[in-house]
Amino acid sequence: MPQVTVENLRKTFKIAERDPGMWGAVKGLAVRRYRTVHALDGIDFTLEPGELVGYIGPNGAGKSTTVKVLAGILVPTSGKVDILGRVPWKDRIEHVRGIGVVFGQRTQLWWDLPVIESFDLLKDIYNVPSDAHRATRDRLIDLLSLKEFLDTPVRQLSLGQRMRCDLAASLLHSPAMLFLDEPTIGLDAISKLAVRDFIKEMNRRNGVTVILTTHDMDDIEALCDRIMVIGSGKILSDGTLEDLRAKVKRERRLVVHLAHDGMDIEDPDAEVVKREGNQVQLRFDPEVISAPNLISRIASKYPVRDLFVENPPIEEVIAKLYREME
Amino acid sequence: MSIANTLNLYWKYIGISIRAQMQYKVSFIMAAIGHFLITAVEFLAIWAMFDRFGSIDAWTLAEVALFYGMVHIAFSISEGAARGFDLFPSMVKSGDFDRFLLRPRSTAFQVASMEFQLLRIGRLLQAVIILGWAVTTLDISWTLPRVLLTIGAIGGGACIFSGFFVIQATLAFWTVESLEIMNTITYGGVEAASYPLAIYRDWFRRFFTFVVPLACVNYFPALAILGKPDPMGLPTVLGWLSPLLGVAFLWVTLQIWKVGVRHYTSTGS
Repeated sequence: MPQVTVENLRKTFKIAERDPGMWGAVKGLAVRRYRTVHALDGIDFTLEPGELVGYIGPNGAGKSTTVKVLAGILVPTSGKVDILGRVPWKDRIEHVRGIGVVFGQRTQLWWDLPVIESFDLLKDIYNVPSDAHRATRDRLIDLLSLKEFLDTPVRQLSLGQRMRCDLAASLLHSPAMLFLDEPTIGLDAISKLAVRDFIKEMNRRNGVTVILTTHDMDDIEALCDRIMVIGSGKILSDGTLEDLRAKVKRERRLVVHLAHDGMDIEDPDAEVVKREGNQVQLRFDPEVISAPNLISRIASKYPVRDLFVENPPIEEVIAKLYREME
Repeated sequence: MSIANTLNLYWKYIGISIRAQMQYKVSFIMAAIGHFLITAVEFLAIWAMFDRFGSIDAWTLAEVALFYGMVHIAFSISEGAARGFDLFPSMVKSGDFDRFLLRPRSTAFQVASMEFQLLRIGRLLQAVIILGWAVTTLDISWTLPRVLLTIGAIGGGACIFSGFFVIQATLAFWTVESLEIMNTITYGGVEAASYPLAIYRDWFRRFFTFVVPLACVNYFPALAILGKPDPMGLPTVLGWLSPLLGVAFLWVTLQIWKVGVRHYTSTGS
């Protein structure tokens, strides 16, 4: 049985338009013109328990709208959502009890309170029994290394520290599902790694289902078994990383380490994309020329020290997909 | 979610809010004293008027003090307890309201317990003193029903004023401007109810009886306490029932609040 079922989900926003200037403001009081925006234009998907899904798309594609609907804070225009047997916006209180939500841009904690007091308050808000709370809390503190700043007010934390605290806060009531909206935004490399490791741990060990929206393709590559791409309110692609790569025109990269610096490679079937010292990166279509053929051709013409074939970086795959959509 | 659990959480919220205000002790004490003095001057003006004219429409100063004390105690309680609704419009603007929707508690409860403004204790203290003076000066035998009615009237009044704050906050779901009109009704209501309603014109009395039932939680109970018949001819029994109208009023405003929340969750702004 899927944990989450979304069927033909639509959300239309009416945005009031008004003419610029004083006169426009006055006119706006009497006559309102609206522009309709289809933020979600028929979304379908299901999630099984324990999945870790990346939900990606360009800005304004409908990512946050989807997360808000799933979290129960936005009512869709039409369509069906079933999460753990409930309709999020109809049964808000029971629904939010079973999920955890983190918005990277905004903390869920109390700005002026020490972290540990925020955790205590959440215990009472979710009405978690004391023993269970202590056990979960201590484990999260340990996993996310929060100990040293537990007594610091949230407003004094660095962004990385705050995000780790927010992650802990979202899991104190042991939800079965976690919605993460850009959890690594603005974090330094070390914090990003810590956050990623933690998400993976929660998913693999505790079986928490995770939906992750992000712009960081490293997040996707490090974490997600499944990737959904949304654009203009529609799901464009839903599958594994490999499926996604196959969606756009097949393309491979050949990285060649030459014996000397400053040499150039020219080949009729491959295009140079990057040149750095003695390293040259070529792009080729395996249907035009197979990798062994290209390698032997280049190896015979140039003094090659080393070479290897790789897939194009996922950023470029996504960028390509977005371009094809338009 | 048991009531005990909810109350426990409420006190925790309040405790946090009070501790935050106590971080700046001196400024808190100054503000509370300031509040006390401002409201005390208000009553001084009433006293000066009575000193000059002796009485208004056969109402004595002590009688007016009863009205004044009751309404101001009620108002300061609601000012302290429902302060969160006062701060609410800025929350909607910043999008922080989403956070409340993500927690398994009613939104009205969360907003109400967001902040407790302790410095309102200045007004409360002043009002208690005046009510105390009225109670000891007036020639009334304080039977149990009378005491209960006084408490009920104050509770009902606090409900009504809280209802005003709820309405004001609810409007913020639709507009960020033009909330001043609500202040006019709230503060105007406090001022108006500081005097016996009988001294006002008809339409004004009706407004505060039937539209905004402020008179029901202040004027009619006070009449019943004083044992006076209503100069407008309404039955005394109204005085005994009226505190309940305050609760009903608050309930109605909370239903309107729910409509506002529904509007918010369907527009996302």
